[in-house]
Formats: sequence, C-alpha cells, structure tokens
Amino acid sequence: MNAATARRPRAQDARLLVIDESGRLFDRKHRDLPWLLRRGDLVVANDAATLPASLSGVHVQSGEPLEIRLAGRPLPFDNATRFIAVVFGAGDYRTRTEDRPAPPVLHIGDALRVASLHARVVDIKGHARLIELAFEHPADVMWEALARNGRPIQYAHVPQPLALWDTWTSVAAQPVAFEAPSAGFILDWSMLGELRRHGMRFATLTHAAGISSTGDPGLDARLPLDEPYCIPASTATLIETTRAAGGRVIALGTTVVRALEHAARDTGHVAPGRGLATGRIGAATQLRVVDAIISGVHEPGTSHYDLLSAFHTDAVIARMWEEAEKHHYLAHEFGDAVVILRHGVRS
Amino acid sequence: MTRTDLHPLRVAVTGGTSGLGAALVAELLGRHAHVAFVARHRDAVDATLQRVARRSSPVRAHGIVGDVARKEDIHPIALQIVAALGGLDVLVNNASSLGPVPLALLADTECEELELALATNLVGPFRLTKALLGPLAASARDGGHPLVVNISSDAAVTPYPTWGAYGASKAALLHLTRIWDAELAADGVRLVSVDPGDMDTPLHALAVPDADPATLKRPAVAAREIADLIASTVVTPRLAYRSEVLL
Repeated sequence: MNAATARRPRAQDARLLVIDESGRLFDRKHRDLPWLLRRGDLVVANDAATLPASLSGVHVQSGEPLEIRLAGRPLPFDNATRFIAVVFGAGDYRTRTEDRPAPPVLHIGDALRVASLHARVVDIKGHARLIELAFEHPADVMWEALARNGRPIQYAHVPQPLALWDTWTSVAAQPVAFEAPSAGFILDWSMLGELRRHGMRFATLTHAAGISSTGDPGLDARLPLDEPYCIPASTATLIETTRAAGGRVIALGTTVVRALEHAARDTGHVAPGRGLATGRIGAATQLRVVDAIISGVHEPGTSHYDLLSAFHTDAVIARMWEEAEKHHYLAHEFGDAVVILRHGVRS
Repeated sequence: MTRTDLHPLRVAVTGGTSGLGAALVAELLGRHAHVAFVARHRDAVDATLQRVARRSSPVRAHGIVGDVARKEDIHPIALQIVAALGGLDVLVNNASSLGPVPLALLADTECEELELALATNLVGPFRLTKALLGPLAASARDGGHPLVVNISSDAAVTPYPTWGAYGASKAALLHLTRIWDAELAADGVRLVSVDPGDMDTPLHALAVPDADPATLKRPAVAAREIADLIASTVVTPRLAYRSEVLL
C-alpha cells in the first residue's frame, strides 16, 4: 500500500472504497458520495481545527534539544495552558519516529523552553516520554507563540513540510485537534451543497483528535489517548430526529464514532455537551448510534483499523484492506477513503 | 436611541488599532461583545488593549498581531481569533491599504503598489474569511446568524481619478462579497458590504491631506452604525446560544 505523500490539491480527486451492509465491495469516486447515502441520512463531521502541535525546544537543565508534540489535555480541562505531550529527542519529522534519538530524561518540575515560551513539566504520565506540560504565560501569549512557532505534526511519509492550512478541513473551527481529523478532507463546500440538495443533513461535533503514532511500542499501545469532545445541542437533536425518522447516522471519521458512541454509552441516546472519550472501539464494540463510517484508509495494526471492525466482521475488513492494496488506494491522512455501512443496518 | 447590547456575540475586527477599526472595537466592547482585533504593529495593539482596559471591566478584548496582506499570517491569525473567542459570530474585514501615497494616476502607479492594495483589500479578506468559514458556519448550525462585514467605499462604485488601486480593489471586494453571500446563503452565513462614508481617519488623511476634518464623519459615528447593523442582522432574529467551548 502506498501512503499519500502530499496534501491532495482537491477533495474531488479522492477515491471511495465502499462496503455495503452485506459486505460487498464497490470502487467509487468522491462525486458518488451523495448517491451512496439516502434522503434523511445525517452526516456528522468533526470540526476541530488542527493545532500546530509540534514544537521545538530545549531542556533547560541539560541544554539538550527536544521536540514536544502536544497530544492531549489533562483533566479537568479548565486550563488552556496545560497539555499532555509526547517528548522526542533532537531532530524532526524527516526521521521516522522509531529511529529518533531518545530525549533527555525529564523530571517533575523541570523547566523547558518550548516555541519561545517558558514551560514546566508538572507530571510524568506513567512513561518517561509522556508528560503533563504547563506553559507559564497567559493564554493569549501562549496562543500567539504556538500559532507563530508551532508546526503541524507530520510523519516521514510526507516529505514536504506541512503548512497549517494543509491540516485544516473546510469546516475547521476550534483549534483543539493535535492531528488533523483527516476524514474531513473529503468535504468541501460544494459537497455540503450536494448533500443538502439530495435531502441529507449535516452536523458537526468537536473532538480533540490525538496523535496517531509515537514510534514507541509502549506508548503506541496506549493510543488513542483519552480525547475530550463537545457535542452541540443542535447536533444531538438532529441525531435524535434522524433516527426517529428512520435515517442513518454517518460518521465522518473515527473521532466522530468515538465521540458519539461514548456520549450514548449509558442510554443509547447521544447526550449533548462535553465528555472524555476513553477506551478503544473494536470488533467487540456494539455500536449504538453510528450506522456508517467514512474514513481514511488505515493499515492493520492501527487503532483506526481496529475501529472499523466494529462495523463488519474481521474477514470483511481484511478483504477491504486487500482490495484497497490491489487497486492502489492511497493510505494515510491525505489519501483515499473507505465508506463502510454497518453490517445489518437496513438499507 | 439606545445601543443594543451585543453580549455574548464573538466579533473579530481587522485593522483594529486606528480609524474606523479602533472606533468599532471600542463600540463593540461598550456593547459587551467579546472582541478580538488584528493589527500589524505590536505597539499599537498593546496601546489599544491598554486603552480599552481603562474603559471596561472585565476586559473582553484580545489583541492579535498580524498582517492580513501576508498569506503566512492568515491561519495564525484565524487560530488566535477562534482560540481567544471560542468560536466566531461576526468578522469585520476593515483593514485597508490606500495603494500609492500620495494618490497617483493608474499610469503612474507601480505594479507593486496595486498588488499591495489587492493583497490587503481583496485577497486578505478572502483568505481570512475562508479560514474562518468553519467557525462562522458552526455558529449558524448552532442557531446563530453569523455575518461577515466587508468595509467598502464609494470609490468601489465611482471611478475617481487617482483612486485606481484602492477603487479597483474595493470594487473587487464588493463583488466578491455579493457572490459569496449568494453562495453561502444556504449555509446560514451572510456577507455584507458597508460604505461608512468619508471619515476623519489616518487613511483619509493620507489620501486627502488638506481635507477639513469638520467636513468629515467621525469614525465613532460610523462604528455605531455598523454595530447597529450587526445588532439588527445577528442579534435580533434570535440570540445565538452558546454551545460549550473546548478550551
């Protein structure tokens, strides 16, 4: 499987690999999407904008360089200047994460200079490279420094440096995602109009998509980290009315599945407001809200791939991957897409 | 006439440290809106923040340093606006460049001077509005009536000699505003042009140095008119309710 190595210039060029409710596969184009859905269906996207979460810095005590990748928020989310972060040694994304040198050993209380800001290690989160970080500045000062000096997190399979605009979807709003909610790259304003003309509804939630890989097996096993989300009351209402009228809920991206299923875990109904999505979704998960997912193409072994197993049997998902490889679909965040209608959902 | 309160609207204003922009920031804060303003020079941004801090408490103003004419500044500006306000209901594209100073015939205008006028008055508002369409459309889905106000001029309509760079860029902005408003109507985002008239501002002084200030409109008057427009368009139909903010 080839990874997409550059930001696709236009959403219209994406290919769609479709799995229907009975597990049959179809090769489709971006423009076919409205014909795959039905009048009354609701598409839900994650409207998080992507932070420039990769920050170069220095460990003050040792003078050693490091890279900080902001990766999450510590509870109780009431402090804009505190983050969960993964620490890398010297270098940048051009070196594969698994080949990066180890960072200096950090201790609680250590001072860092990060993106021209003063920061402090306030906790070590059960792994030497996973820390809680506090910026010692007012929030507006921190945002300015992040906006000017931070860079989007990226990986070695995309050689050109990404600009912030490469990582924002068309509907990007609040800057809370640590990596792009990349399934949303399939959306443009023309597509939103097409969906509307076909009688489909559109809603958003905001989910702080975390980092997808650290290059450290012990850390990667803990991904995805707990991710805060917020579901507007208007979105929760649209989900209820859609389901009541027999429409389907189509999640644009794995983060949307995570947020909606977490918000509905107790009652089967999506509760509006804030929450913290915990745990992994996989083959054992009984989906209660989401009827279909539109996602990027992700390889076996990733948490993204595992999540797809909640929609169909492992055998069907494995066949999807084989077909995607055979037909040269592009993988990763700037690649093609899969559309999976959940097994057993009435069509 | 009473001033309609604008709490809890979230408003961003470019060119917010001088002329109409500064007056608009003060007017919006006086009506309890939550305001982020953008300007090129840190000294001016800090001075404006200090000035508004003396007048209102608590301060609901955020100053952002950036140049809308620079492509590289747009997303950092947009990020800081949305991070500071937690979303966006109104964007006022007010920052403007006159083109050549003193004003010049088009045949005497350097290409670079025309390009700078277009970058500030047309491409900058296009880029910033595009970068902020996500939060504006989110405001609409949330029950709000988001609005983009593009500051125009009678020079956008009338072909005044020596106003070529400014007039052509403002004419293009006027038409872009009309087309975009039509395209986004179904998404619930409105765009309007406002011609505030000839005002006693630094920009006007550059253009017409010997104008008698007594014959010019005060920026505060134009600011009040724009705030009234925002109030009637955005607030009156239905006050946007706030969804929660994720930091």
